[in-house]
Amino acid sequence: MSRIPFYGLVGLLLLAGIALTLYRHLAFDVPWSPGEQRQVWEVEAQVNFIADGGPARVELALPVTQQGYRVLTENTASSGYGLSFLQEQGVRHAQWAIRKAAGAQRLYYSVQVLVDPRARATPAPPPVIESPVAWEPPYDTAAREIIDQAWRHSADPFTFAHRLVERFTDAQSENARLLLTQYDRATLLVRLLNQAGVAARQVSGLSLEDGRRRQHLTPWLEVFDGRERILVDPVTGRRGRPDNLLLWGAGSPAVLEVQGGSRSQVSFSMIRHNEPAAVAVRNQRAEDTLLNFSIHSLPLEEQSLFKTILLIPIGALVVVILRVLVGIKTSGTFMPVLIALAFIQTSLLTGVVGFLLVVAVGLVIRSYLSYLNLLLVARVSAVIITVIAIISLFSVLAYRLGLNAGLTITFFPMIILSWTIERMSILWEEEGPREVLIQGGGSLLTAVLAFLAMNNPWVRHLTFNFIGLQLILMALILTLGNYTGYRLLELRRFKPLAED
Amino acid sequence: MWAPPSRLRASGVIGMNRRNIRYIGRYNDRRHYPLVDDKLKTKLLAQQHGITTPALIGTVTSQFEVKQVAALVAAQAGFVIKPAKGSGGKGILVIEHQDGDGYVKPSGHRLRREDLERHVSNILSGLYSLGGSPDVAVIESLIAFDETLARYTYEGVPDIRVIVFRGYPVMAMMRLSTAASDGKANLHQGAVGVGLDMASGHALRGVQHDRPRHDHPDTGHPLAGLRVSHWDTLLHLAASCYEMTALGYLGTDMVLDRDHGPMLLELNARPGLAIQMANGEGLRRRLDTVERQATGMSVAQRVAFARRHFARHGELQDAGGRLAREEADA
Repeated sequence: MSRIPFYGLVGLLLLAGIALTLYRHLAFDVPWSPGEQRQVWEVEAQVNFIADGGPARVELALPVTQQGYRVLTENTASSGYGLSFLQEQGVRHAQWAIRKAAGAQRLYYSVQVLVDPRARATPAPPPVIESPVAWEPPYDTAAREIIDQAWRHSADPFTFAHRLVERFTDAQSENARLLLTQYDRATLLVRLLNQAGVAARQVSGLSLEDGRRRQHLTPWLEVFDGRERILVDPVTGRRGRPDNLLLWGAGSPAVLEVQGGSRSQVSFSMIRHNEPAAVAVRNQRAEDTLLNFSIHSLPLEEQSLFKTILLIPIGALVVVILRVLVGIKTSGTFMPVLIALAFIQTSLLTGVVGFLLVVAVGLVIRSYLSYLNLLLVARVSAVIITVIAIISLFSVLAYRLGLNAGLTITFFPMIILSWTIERMSILWEEEGPREVLIQGGGSLLTAVLAFLAMNNPWVRHLTFNFIGLQLILMALILTLGNYTGYRLLELRRFKPLAED
Repeated sequence: MWAPPSRLRASGVIGMNRRNIRYIGRYNDRRHYPLVDDKLKTKLLAQQHGITTPALIGTVTSQFEVKQVAALVAAQAGFVIKPAKGSGGKGILVIEHQDGDGYVKPSGHRLRREDLERHVSNILSGLYSLGGSPDVAVIESLIAFDETLARYTYEGVPDIRVIVFRGYPVMAMMRLSTAASDGKANLHQGAVGVGLDMASGHALRGVQHDRPRHDHPDTGHPLAGLRVSHWDTLLHLAASCYEMTALGYLGTDMVLDRDHGPMLLELNARPGLAIQMANGEGLRRRLDTVERQATGMSVAQRVAFARRHFARHGELQDAGGRLAREEADA
């Protein structure tokens, strides 16, 4: 009987579990510990315009997950408007539309953005240079001169862009002043870059600063050199992107387009807050791929159900360890896990007190039932009703006494408790109270340990967020099921045999 | 307080986990379990194989037969009622004799007819069976145990447990009921376990609650003189249970009847490990020895092998020998 297939299976489970767990951590930035804080920016865009009285349509470019920032959730508020989200050439838009609107209009869009150093954008292709760039005289000469000067003092597209911006900063030449009368600075720079054969485009960015209101987007130049791309500040010429810059609607020609209205503008307010990592993870929009098999793609209600279900293997592991490695006797193999689940609802102290009260009173009443000489099923059913009566009584008593914690006693699994009482009662009659104490104490100890393991915030965080952990638990339990060594308590039991 | 695992391993002690995986899991095919888990089946099978068991008085299989229990046992002086699927001695009721007023247990406690009927009813509804499944009550005649053993027991019948591994008897002990064990021969309830020499059936060592014991706690009689008669027959009986059940790791429980000699009481597919404590020796080496033997040996060959290879000389025998010498001197 070869054990190789067995160890193969365990190894496979372990590998798959670790791989899945690492994937969740690396690809989705799910942190290992629940206490880790994540910075989340809440950015609100406010669109204002004066409607003409007829139909109106508003299109606002939206931010997407990009280098350093991950888009979590988004909300809109716009009374009376129909809303749709569009995706065109890699740019997301929100489109509001209404049949009839007059006067001042105000639309809101808010987005939660997670600061995530590992977030990456899906790169948009570099823009195609429209050639030749058309200039009207006398601007053509001015443009050519500026390009020639910058070109001579540069080595590659990036340094060229830098030199070009310099021409328009401090000591402006006549040529530069002339061109600025015709074009706004960012547009002009893109035209000049394109004229020189450098792919570039204008993008909008929002500088994130905590608590700022009525902020506006700033224009940025995105310059390409075939392989790489960099951002250039059109005012200072500084290359590279500031850490607090959130690109808004990258690659979109215009951020806001309004039809059927005038004096449109968009302004932004933002606020930063720290959230526990778990919350930040929960807010991530689930992408439905097979590998992102995550409980988080379920509706919230089902999620909270799974939160408990995924803890049960932890309780089972505790039971396996205590029985196989330690050798503790329990009444009913997995009864302690169910009791531990009830403890999670009731809190430990209330739970233990409640459990002892119900079992003790149940045992007293059960001892009377044994005089009645009943058939087994009827007797256990009678115990179930008794347990329900005890629980109801304690709940009412606790409520009257102002102990609201006592009400949680209803979370105990009543059928399981009834069988526990029945089993302990038989144990008492046959083996005496000592064995009842051993098994009852063992069950309670196991339940408390299982509760401590299952109620640990770290364990809860890990089991809920890393489904691969279940496979690792499975591998562990399979390995334990193969353990032929001594149990801890056997070292005591067999001690006389070691003395000879 | 704690023994280092290396020392236990060196003494060849096997633990629960090893017993479950290495021996029960490997040598006991689950489909044969019903033969030993149901005492009625074991009994009928034993009769087919010519193995002596206590005489069957009758069985009660349904609740409406419960009222006929009294009529069933009317002709018997003493009898035993046990659940067919009970485990660990649960639900076994021993009646030593009966008179007009009722039924008397070995403790002198008197039961009424209703008590008897309730007990049978409890058995039928599955109170003592594993998982609470419906059961059958088996009524057997009381064993008239050997008077020589009366000094070593309190209220109960002492029985002999032999572990049979692949048909070889490997280790044996006698279980003596005490006041602490309430007349039951279960070691964990406080019965005294006495390890037996496989060659002769002599007592080797006594334990109660897993700690050494040299006399019976209630009768005060020294355990040193304990010797099981009909030892060879008893080993043959135990060894032949292997052919009967096809279970490779088996606990056989036997009693010595005054008139009929060794009798098979019941079989256990998951025998406990306390026998190691009673013998002061781990099972591991004996099991390893047997595993090295070829299959296909006859019962007599296996018994002879066991008596030759597993002969031991224990602390009690030294004491016993000294006792005998002292008596001779006096």
